[in-house]
Amino acid sequence: MTRLSVPVQSSVLENLRAGDKVLVSGTLYSARDQAHSRLLKETELPFDFQGAAIYYVGPTPAKEGQIIGASGPTSSYRMDELAVPLMERGVKVMIGKGDRSESFRQAMVRHEAVYLLATGGAGALLASRIKERKLLLYEDLGPEAVYEMRVEDFPCFVAYDVHGGSIFKGGKQP
Amino acid sequence: MRTIAKEIIRKRVADTLVDINHRLGPSMISALEKAREEEKEGVAKAILDDLVENQSIAAEGVFPLCQDTGTVVVFAEIGNSLHLPFSLEETIDEAVRDAYNEGRLRKSMVGHPFNRENTKDNTPAILHTRIMPGDKLRLKIAVKGAGSENMSRVGILKPTDGQDGVVKCVVDTVNDAGGRPCPPIIVGVGLGGNLEKSALMAKEALFRDLEDESPDADIARLEKRLLDEINALDIGPMGVGGKKTCLAVKVNTFPMHMASLPVAVNIQCHAARHKEVVL
Repeated sequence: MTRLSVPVQSSVLENLRAGDKVLVSGTLYSARDQAHSRLLKETELPFDFQGAAIYYVGPTPAKEGQIIGASGPTSSYRMDELAVPLMERGVKVMIGKGDRSESFRQAMVRHEAVYLLATGGAGALLASRIKERKLLLYEDLGPEAVYEMRVEDFPCFVAYDVHGGSIFKGGKQP
Repeated sequence: MRTIAKEIIRKRVADTLVDINHRLGPSMISALEKAREEEKEGVAKAILDDLVENQSIAAEGVFPLCQDTGTVVVFAEIGNSLHLPFSLEETIDEAVRDAYNEGRLRKSMVGHPFNRENTKDNTPAILHTRIMPGDKLRLKIAVKGAGSENMSRVGILKPTDGQDGVVKCVVDTVNDAGGRPCPPIIVGVGLGGNLEKSALMAKEALFRDLEDESPDADIARLEKRLLDEINALDIGPMGVGGKKTCLAVKVNTFPMHMASLPVAVNIQCHAARHKEVVL
């Protein structure tokens, strides 16, 4: 079991290997399809991409007294092309579910970034590890808006590491 | 002639939608627990641990099981001596509105294929009706996530493709999906009928109890063969490899044209959320 603080320094990522369990603590930014498209058009942002971690999530609304609703990952392959320019701007960690394209994986290795797998459908478990959240951008996107989230011991597995290793086995790559 | 008050239907459907978004059925919980025992080590086991823990946190009623609280799908069997002097479709949509607003569930429905504007209350539900003998209203209610629905498929085979062709179509569909539909999955297959009948049967097959098998011995053997071949793909929980890619395969059949062999494959993620209500 490894602990990973986000935002990260690239040097830390070298030690991670596909299949490792990691507990992530620090700041995650939520972004899915629509938010990616918009972020790429922005010239100035209220947060820094350097070493940043992006979480592909569209939560259910928070109930009375809660920080957030169910918060499991969405399928990452939909963000494959849009994620590359974000890595060019400094994003180092992406969290989602499912295998991704070969071209994404090559770009990720080139940018020394990692892709982490959070357990898909474990929305209740993952929500319990989110301690604060703040709306940053695109409120009109509803569950797809960009939030800054503080997480503690957010459980993930290293899906793709910086050395080209992958956690995924059978099944076709998208 | 018997009738049921509109408000009773609305309340029961709304309550059921909130309930199934938080609590898996008993056979699904035991299937996950059994899968965890059979998957002895590594990431596959750790993921199944997460899923068993997840359903017990969700059952407390605070967090839904999954953030994708789905499209509402209802199969309604309406007794022919039951009089409903109102629109069942509207009543179910009102129930969806109540459940998704008051139950704080995610609204995932968009109104148009291209402008993608959210309908803001998760309506409309997708309702299938059938008139049956009797005076009861039987509602089979599901919430279906997009991750697994996106990996589903209809193939229309040649009759001479036979059982091997059907097996190839189903197994290829699951293999192409890989870890993306959130395995361990359940696979509903509609075999026969025509284009739309096969798809309806595939969806309805997902409501069958995990333990039951087809009353047709040949089809029961096909279900078993499909389960074994899918679990040999080494996709495993969330695609990380392992024995447990699929918990059950359910095949429903219908007669078909002599020139056709339709096969619809509907994939269901491990958050298999459905329940039957009889009024």
